[in-house]
Order: sequence, then C-alpha cells, then structure tokens
Amino acid sequence: MSTTAEVPVSPAGNPIGFGRMLRKEDQRFLRGQGNYLDDIKLPGMLHGAILRSPFAHARIVSIDTSAAEAHPKVKAVITGKILEGLKLAWMPTLSHDVQAVLATDKVRFQGQEVAFVVAEDRYSARDALELIQVEYDPLPPVVDARRALEEGAPVIRDDIEGKKDNHIFDWEAGDREATDRVFAGADVVVAQDMLYPRVHPAPMETCGSIAHMDRVTGQLTAWSTTQAPHAHRTLYALVAGLPEHKVRIISPDIGGGFGNKVGIYPGYVLAVVGSIVTGRPVKWVEDRSENLTSTSFARDYHMHGEIAASRDGKILGLRVKVLADHGAFNGTAQPTKFPAGFFHIFPGSYDLEAAHCQVTGVYTNKAPGGVAYACSFRVTEAVYLVERMVDVLADELGMDPAELRRRNLLRPEQFPYTNKTGWVYDSGNYAHTLEVALEKAGYSELRRRQEEGRARWRAAGGSPENPGAGGQHLMGIGISFFTEGVGAGPKKHMDILGLGMADGCELRVHPTGKAQLRLSVQTQGQGHETTFAQIVAHELGIPPEDVEVIHGDTDNTPFGLGTYGSRSTPVSGAAAAVVSRKVRDKARIIAAAALECSPDDLEWELGRWQVKGDPDKVKTIQEIAMLSHGTLELPEGVEGHLDASVVYDPPNLTYPYGAYICVVDVDPATGRVQVERFIAVDDCGPRINPMIVEGQVHGGLADGVGMALMEAIQFDSSGNCVSGSLMDYLLPTSLDCPSWELGETVTPSPHHPLGAKGVGESATVGSPPAVVNAVIDALEPFGVRHADMPLTPAQVWLAIRGRPLRTDIVE
Amino acid sequence: MQVSMTVNGERVTREVEPRILLVHFLRDELNLTGTHWGCDTSNCGTCVVWMDGVPVKSCTVLAAMASGREIRTVESLEQGTQLDPVQEGFMREHGLQCGFCTPGMMMTARWLLDHNPDPSEAEIREAISGQICRCTGYENIVRAVRWAAAHPATQEVGS
Repeated sequence: MSTTAEVPVSPAGNPIGFGRMLRKEDQRFLRGQGNYLDDIKLPGMLHGAILRSPFAHARIVSIDTSAAEAHPKVKAVITGKILEGLKLAWMPTLSHDVQAVLATDKVRFQGQEVAFVVAEDRYSARDALELIQVEYDPLPPVVDARRALEEGAPVIRDDIEGKKDNHIFDWEAGDREATDRVFAGADVVVAQDMLYPRVHPAPMETCGSIAHMDRVTGQLTAWSTTQAPHAHRTLYALVAGLPEHKVRIISPDIGGGFGNKVGIYPGYVLAVVGSIVTGRPVKWVEDRSENLTSTSFARDYHMHGEIAASRDGKILGLRVKVLADHGAFNGTAQPTKFPAGFFHIFPGSYDLEAAHCQVTGVYTNKAPGGVAYACSFRVTEAVYLVERMVDVLADELGMDPAELRRRNLLRPEQFPYTNKTGWVYDSGNYAHTLEVALEKAGYSELRRRQEEGRARWRAAGGSPENPGAGGQHLMGIGISFFTEGVGAGPKKHMDILGLGMADGCELRVHPTGKAQLRLSVQTQGQGHETTFAQIVAHELGIPPEDVEVIHGDTDNTPFGLGTYGSRSTPVSGAAAAVVSRKVRDKARIIAAAALECSPDDLEWELGRWQVKGDPDKVKTIQEIAMLSHGTLELPEGVEGHLDASVVYDPPNLTYPYGAYICVVDVDPATGRVQVERFIAVDDCGPRINPMIVEGQVHGGLADGVGMALMEAIQFDSSGNCVSGSLMDYLLPTSLDCPSWELGETVTPSPHHPLGAKGVGESATVGSPPAVVNAVIDALEPFGVRHADMPLTPAQVWLAIRGRPLRTDIVE
Repeated sequence: MQVSMTVNGERVTREVEPRILLVHFLRDELNLTGTHWGCDTSNCGTCVVWMDGVPVKSCTVLAAMASGREIRTVESLEQGTQLDPVQEGFMREHGLQCGFCTPGMMMTARWLLDHNPDPSEAEIREAISGQICRCTGYENIVRAVRWAAAHPATQEVGS
C-alpha cells in the first residue's frame, strides 16, 4: 500500500485514485465566491445581537428592555424570562449538563448571554444592546480551579438541585494498585506539575447561524457554522421540541473549525427563537471578542505527573492526577463513557509496566466548553503530559531524550498492542519513524552545534547570574513522539448524548457514469470534496472529476456524527470505500448479465469488469451504469440502478503517530524564542492526497507553535477574561513559523479498508511538547526543568531566573 | 450620507450611515462577499482590499473615507476567464484550505508582486505578517506567491 504507486491519470489530468490532486473546492474560494454563513442573505432577514454579562458571577436583579424595544429598528428583545415561558431558557450540553441560553437567575461567566435583540440591521441591533438596563448583584467568583473544591467556595451551579459544591466528576483509568507497586519498586521517580492552559481554536470565521422558521409549514431551516450538522439537527429537536423531520441544518462553507464549531451555542438557539417570534429569518454572527470569551475553549488541564524508571532508563510506570477546569457549564463534547475524553492514552508510545490516571472535573466562573482545538478528544493533553515527563526523566537521568525514547518505544512485534489503560493500538513501527526524523534533523550534528553555542555563551561570560552575556543566544532541541487514537467510534463504546459514533454514506452512479457521494461529515477546509472523490476513484475507477461530493445539508445527506477528532477519513473515508465496493459488487452482477456469463467469470481491473482470460469481453463502470438503468434483464432479486448506502461503525480507533523535532533559538537576555526548524515525520498510513495531508500537518504545526509560545485565554482574579481580542490572544503569524520540514513513514491500519489513519489533528497534538521541550532544553544552563505554556518572552525570562509563573491567572 | 467610489473599475454611489465600515459597505451594499471580516481589532487581515492601489484593512476604513477613491477587491483578480497568477499559485501550491483568509492574502500578494516581482521567502513572510491564517501554517502561501513570481504571465484556467 504505497502512496507512490503508479495510478492511472484521468482525462482532466487527475489521479484515478490516490495521489496529489489539486482541490476541486478551490475554484470558488480563489474567486471570492465561497459561500460562508455571513455571505448568505435571505429576503426579509433580520439581525440578532447578544447582550453579555460584564461580571463573572452575579445575581440578576432586574432587566429593563423598554428603551431597546422602543428603538425604531428593533423587532424583538428576548430575555431569559421570555425563554422560560417557552421552556427554552436552558439547553442540554453535549456532556449531560445544561447551559443557560439566556441567564435567568444569575450569570456564571463574563460574556454569558443575558438578552437578545433582533433588529433590521446589524448596527441597529448593536445600538439597542446599549439601551438595555441590567441590574446585577455581584457575587464572589471562582477563578482559580485549584480552589474550586475548597470548603466555603461559592457554589456556581445552585441551579442544580441539591448542589453544594463545584465538583463535576471523578474518573480514573488504568490499574492504581499495580502502578503504585511499580512506583514503590522503582530506582527513580520524578514528579512534575504542569498546566495545559486554556486556549481557543479561533478559526478566522467566527460562529454564527441564520434561522428561518416557516410559520405556515412549521419547517425550520438553519444555516449554521457547524462541523456536525446531523448532530445539531437532533439536538435542535431535543432542545426546542421541534419535530426532527421538519428541521433542516445547512452547513455552508466553513471558515475553519478546529473544534470550535462542534457544539451548539446559545446564539444559534436565539436565532431560532428570534425567527419564531418575528416570523422572519434571523441572522446571528458573533464578533471576535464573543468568539474568544464565550465559545468552546480547549484544554485547561492542571496536571500532576509522576514517572518511574530504572536507573538505566527503562520507563516502568506513569501516574497522573488531573484537575480539569470545565468552566461554568459542563459543555465539553466527549463520548459519554469518557468524561476526560481519550486522556487515558497518556501512556503514549512507550512499553510500560503500569499506568494510572485520575481526573477530577470542576466548575469555575469561566466560559464553558472543552473539546475544541484539534485535540482528538484530549489526546493533546495526554501527549503533552507524557512527552514532557519523558524529558523531565531524561533530565533526571542525565540521558539524551532521543536515546531515552529509543529505549522505551513500543516494538513492531508488539502490535496490535493493548496499552495499560485499555486502548488497542492497531499498528506501528515507532523506532523507524523516530530514526527517520533524527536523520532528517541531523540530530547529532545539532547536538554538537548546541554544545559549541553553549561554550561560546560561557566564554562570553554567560551564567545564571548573567544570562544575556555578550548577546549570545542559546539553541534548544526538543523531541516529541506521539500516538493518537482517532476516528471515534466504535459506537458500542462511543456516543455523544446517546448518538452512536457511526457515519452513513451514500453513493449514486448516474446512467452516464457520473457519481454523487453523500457524506455525513462536514469539511472546514480539509478538502473533502477532493479526497472523498479520490476514494471513489480508487475503488471504482471513475475519474475524481466525475464524482461530486455532497455534504453539509441534513436533507440531502445520511445521518452521522460529523467532523472532529480526525474522524473523517477513519470513519467516513472507510464508509466511502465500503459503499464503493458495494457498488462494484453490484456492477459485477450487471456486467455478468450483459456479458452473458457468471459473475465468478469476471475479474476487476480498475474501472471495468472483464472476463478472466478474455479482456476483450469487458464492461466499463460507465457502461455498467447505463446498463443498470436500461432495459437489460437482471437476475432474479437484483434491483436496477447503481446505488448503495452504508453505515460504517469502525471496529477500533486508528492510531496515527509521528516523531517531531523542534529547534529553537532563545535570547536569554530577553526571553524571546524563535522556532528555527521543525521536522515532522508523520505516519498516518497511506496518504490519499499527500498534498492535502501535508497541508493539514503544516497548519497543526503552526497551532503547536502558537500554543507553546503565545496562546492562552487568561483571567484576572475577578474573573475578567483578559484575552478577549486578537490583540491580547496572540496567534502565530508567518514570521513566527519556520519553513516546515516534513517526512513520512507508512504503516497501514490493519482494520481500515484503505489502511488510512487520519491526520487532521496529528500536528496540533504532537507539536506543542516538541516546542516546549526545545525551549526547556535551551535553558539547560540555568537548570530549568519546566515552565508552563505559553513560553512568552516574559515567561522564559522569569524561568531563567527560577520563577516561572502560573499562566491561567494574571494579577 | 452619500458615498461615491470606484470599485473594481465601476463607479458606485450609495446612501449610507456615516459610520458604516468599508468592509460592510462592500459586503452588504455591493454584495462583494469575497472580502471577509474576522476580528474587531485589525489583526486578522481577512478584510484586506486595495484603496488607491495600496492594501488596507477594510474593517478599519469607513466607507466615507473611501469616497472618491479607487477600491479593488478579490473579485477583480480574475481577468475574463484567466486567473491571476496569484490565484493560480494558491491553487497549484495548496495555499488555501478553508479559504477564509485567502482573498486578503491574495490581495497582499498581488501588491507585493507588483512592487517586487521576485520576492524572497523572507520578503513574502514579511508582506503577509499582518494577516492570519489558521489552516496552512503559511508554508504553502509562501510557495504560492513564489509560484506566481515564477509564472508572471496569466495562465489558462485549470479545471
């Protein structure tokens, strides 16, 4: 299964199968003809805007909307009280909690939704927000997650009957006793606290929705920025009691998702209510501050890691305690069984004797959320934990971090491998991938140059007391080796609110041999319209330009759970392959009828069924398509036409992995970090479209640089979000990123029909620890073992001086 | 108030509120939705258009300030059925994914190439550093601009 095998070329010059193919969707985007949510205008459409809480925690005493209602362009003002009358004041979250659509009793985070104005234009809607008078009675907020469970802490969720604390859940995985035994007998045990700060996906397009409730037919059509239109349809039905057959969700072009567009936000529901109240379509689009302060954040994991090893560098066990800050409502989107997502993949890529984690989730007066930002269901946090711990151990042992990993990586003969928390890794050849990366980086040469640089720094007078001596910079080299589990289900283990994580797919081959493939998953830039056409081409020999991929409209696509957690290729990619094979099998019967032979006499060559040993007797897939719709008499029980549908329930997750090496330059005088090189060798199995795969990796690597060096949603002690704009929440620019150096190894998944493993989040998951490990490595002369992200110049400067800060709260 | 400007070579006159931003004027009044809006603070650059031949962030320009001036947007890049080399480069080098930052990036790239036909990688990175892309990690945007620099004549439209 090589991705470089010769594949035939279509009349349009595209590969009929796997290979580099320019994207079909580009044509509209290049011309400014994309159709994003805010580009849509409906006749009579009104505009909504949300009034938000200035307080993190406060009781609502009164709301006076009379002046806003008197505004000449205002059509409706909606408050929590009105929603209570409609039984819509609260909506279910994706984690079996509820969230206020509009606050009724009190506000629980700064930026929480308090009132909704519907007006004739977006400017007037904003004007009217200023006219609403809300009287608040401020309450003490819970900002520090580490104090959320203290005796006497303010109870945030007094809306939940009998709730007396801020505790959400306790959850554990692995074998606690076995792990304790391993630790008791180990030569070396090292512990490290680390925070994965709250970060935000911040796609360039913010979230929004246009709702149109047709009062005559009772049909609700909602155009929404959603990665999961079918799940949204069912949730709308559950939230609003709307009949599901009269709900249609359309997900137009999406300007980036990264997890931000998985959940349903109050604004979406308010657009629906606004349309019900006014009888006209209502558009709501959040601004950037609303996006950063109120929609799905990611991470916010306070982790205590311990690693046990022998003196010669055999890693024996890992023990982790996590305090998970879930904000004011438990809105994280995780499979029901796994409140901490797939965090328990933290044993990583290593051959351990035992492992155990315990996760406690708490409420705080911060925005709800938690799945978002390309995290593969919290694999990101797990990979960061283990890859930092391995480096901490290497530091303790005085061992090269590459050598330590080499000694402990799982061996090829151990696959399929059941790890110490129960995951069954499908396939891998880890040591090979690590060696490819080390070779590509020129690792030993890098280490030699690093030593030379340190010598120059010392010669210039560099020391912990004089870090900036002579203007000398320090080089740092960081490694990370990650294993992800992606492509959720299987549905027997994984569901969202009871909806099993399996996805449907339909293929229709028209009489002239052109095809339409209907998907449940929704692209946000991943190139589904191209990749999925290539899968059909690979299986049926129909040129990819003759395959139209249809997605993002619940009325025209089969049910499925949508795109996140790198699940499109592992789940729907498999579905597309399987449905194509079903069509191929049916085509065989039709070809046999036409050729007057038995189906068993036929053999498949790409794009045609031909008689074994007599290739002149042949029917192409296009000919078969016409025959299937024609007058040919088909065998008993065989229906006409050339269509098929499947629901794919994956037998297991797929386990992409990779070896990443980051080289940084640190100016010890200022603490400024520049990423000089980044080598990423990914193994995601065979690559359907290597160009698109590389693009996915590039983007994720930039994400990693951002999270490691500059991104954090931070709060002051009053619960004010101080990262509410792109001036305060920094995203990496072209000057922060190096020219990425990519490599690949190919280890197919044994259970995926195409061997493909998914790659969308690999780089976002794998790169932050490589960057952090590199910076900490650069700071070796100062004896720095750890400092929390983001490693801003200030944080690095303080780390050099032995006092790095917490990065969740600013004073 | 009345504003009057040339947009993509055509004279337009509209009655608008004095406070309307150029980005909203282009999108809502003229239906030129290729120019996007992505932040409140002039950081993201999805709204970049040309005003009198210079790239500006149209979220920070009032339509009133553009009155009497010449505006050029992404919709003007394609000439007849021929893509601009910048558009062609973005397609060939996979310089876009979700496509949201793409119009602004291409407008900056076109301006750069008009003033520096053979920019280095560093010059390209500098030119687009006021604009954010969340998908590409910038690598293929840089390659796309290099491709356009190497193919200055417009190409036939790809399929």
